[in-house]
Amino acid sequence: MLRFLLRRSVSTLLVLLVLSAVVFLLFYATPGDPAILACGKGCDGERLAVVRHKLGTDLPLWQQYWHFLQGLVAGRDYDAGTDVTHCAAPCFGYSFQTDQPVLGMITSRLPVDVSLTLGAMVIWLVVGVGTGVLSALRRGGITERLLTGLTLAGMSTPVFLIGLLLMMLCCSWLGWLPFPQYVPFGDDPAAWASNLVLPWLSLALITAAAYARMTRSSMLETLAEDHIRTGRAYGLSERRVVTGHALRGALTPVITLLAIDVGGMLGGATLTESVFGFDGLGRLLVDSVNHIDLPVVVGVTLFAAFFIVLANAVADVLYAVADPRVALA
Amino acid sequence: MSETATVSRPAAEATEPRRRGQVWRRLRRNRAALAALGVIALLVLFALAAPLLAGLEGQDPTTFHNDLVDSATGGVPFGSFGGAGAHHWLGVEPGNGRDVFARLAYGARVSLAVAVGATVVQIALGTLIGLAAGLGNRLADTVLSRAMDLVIAFPELVFAIALMAIVPDGFPRPVLLALVIGVLGWGSPARVVRAQVLSLRGLDYVSAARLGGSGRWRIARREILPGLAGPVITFALLRLPVNVASEAGLSFLGVGVRPPTPSWGQMLSTATTWYEVDPAYVLLPAGLLFVTVLAFTVFGDGLRTALDPRAASRLRVGTRRRAKD
Repeated sequence: MLRFLLRRSVSTLLVLLVLSAVVFLLFYATPGDPAILACGKGCDGERLAVVRHKLGTDLPLWQQYWHFLQGLVAGRDYDAGTDVTHCAAPCFGYSFQTDQPVLGMITSRLPVDVSLTLGAMVIWLVVGVGTGVLSALRRGGITERLLTGLTLAGMSTPVFLIGLLLMMLCCSWLGWLPFPQYVPFGDDPAAWASNLVLPWLSLALITAAAYARMTRSSMLETLAEDHIRTGRAYGLSERRVVTGHALRGALTPVITLLAIDVGGMLGGATLTESVFGFDGLGRLLVDSVNHIDLPVVVGVTLFAAFFIVLANAVADVLYAVADPRVALA
Repeated sequence: MSETATVSRPAAEATEPRRRGQVWRRLRRNRAALAALGVIALLVLFALAAPLLAGLEGQDPTTFHNDLVDSATGGVPFGSFGGAGAHHWLGVEPGNGRDVFARLAYGARVSLAVAVGATVVQIALGTLIGLAAGLGNRLADTVLSRAMDLVIAFPELVFAIALMAIVPDGFPRPVLLALVIGVLGWGSPARVVRAQVLSLRGLDYVSAARLGGSGRWRIARREILPGLAGPVITFALLRLPVNVASEAGLSFLGVGVRPPTPSWGQMLSTATTWYEVDPAYVLLPAGLLFVTVLAFTVFGDGLRTALDPRAASRLRVGTRRRAKD
């Protein structure tokens, strides 16, 4: 276990290092100049040079990247001409656009994505796994065909489409819910939940479809295994067989899927955020890309990638816990 | 998948001529798949005939009709159902009065062309890399497999947004979209191809060819490639709707196709500010997008079942839609 964790940490660090280098390279090749954008209107050559120096974009690429890594590990000092600001480790730098510390911008938006992801996760697990089990048990019947059709439709619907339609239906026509706007959980839990219902539903409905299909197929496979037959032969009730034995085996592949999805969403559910106008990591990324705000782009990308890599590692551990036949390598 | 997999898989046999008739017969029994195929044919026709249809209507997708929208309300179209009527079959866009029917038809071209282009790029790259990993030496396999893991694990949407932003404005956007979606999405097809190559490699006829003195390239071309056709075609078909959705998503976010070129995703993005006063403008592109994606998914699913009824019950993670949230 310890060896596994160690190896995983090293490979995680390597992946993040490669990724940050790729993002740096990508944006270095950008035709636009972040200094011109940051400098604003009526910017002359002299002031532009000052801004470039302040942003650090006058340095060669490898030095910029080196400074970035230094800042992450040991923090770094920013010389603003008159005074020096110290940015403690882990330092992701300051936004070219707003001069705010990138880490603060990210952590202030993280609750939006955490709220979105966790709430939606509960719904899609219940709906997806429930549908999957049901359609596996009713094999060949009309229920199964109906569910198969519904899951195919669910998988085919882009999230922004379902979000828009739900908003039209529930907020505009029926007036059941207010137009969603993010309220922090700490301010008012009830408002938090009622504003998040539609985003949760949109995210969950499209995600549940994949879970239903996966649960169904792995349930069918598990039900055909020997230990289930043995259980039935011993006279266990069908209920015991399904909930006590088959479900556990059937859920292992679902765990992997779950980890990947949750990891991906925590790093920014861009489309969902955009439809509902929530300011999460995804929208931050779109904004910063449009403004060539390199420190923010690198910061958000690294966070997003970190969640995904972390989620993959967690999935491997959970997989081994749920299925004793799997060994951690 | 172990290096020495020798189990023969039914998918490998699917491309034998004897089997082909069987596949078609199974597909023909699947009424949903046939209906989906019909819908796909209609959609392709709709896209191809866009100039003709718009001409029939007497409109084009880019002309503003400021006289048809109410400037007092900020541009809500006059009349019901978004201003639909004899001249504008499906109404006009709120704000600037462009013809909705013409924009939908031309949008279908963009949507399908980008999706097909992206799929071709994904499948071509994926097949090449998967072949190289499956037939190369151990080092090549390890390196390429790790690269696949990396590409699959990437926050795809994040990179698509970043890539779309850094390319100069002069570059044609639909081509760029197809390239970006394609280049970011070769991971799962490569994985599928590699797995298939590994299982084909151990089959008797491939060993026979090797013993008969065929070189590595000859084996790849003559023995392995034909065996890949079935799984690769199915994968491509299931990937197509994912790419349609990706294009719509990127255009929805404002980093995809730019006006005046029409795109369904872009129409939906405008629609977000109008749905209260002009619901028709949301429902039309939304419906088309949904039907397109659904038709391709249902048909791809049907084809997979027909090609390999046993394996079809196992939905592989690799074929899932990514970049969907």
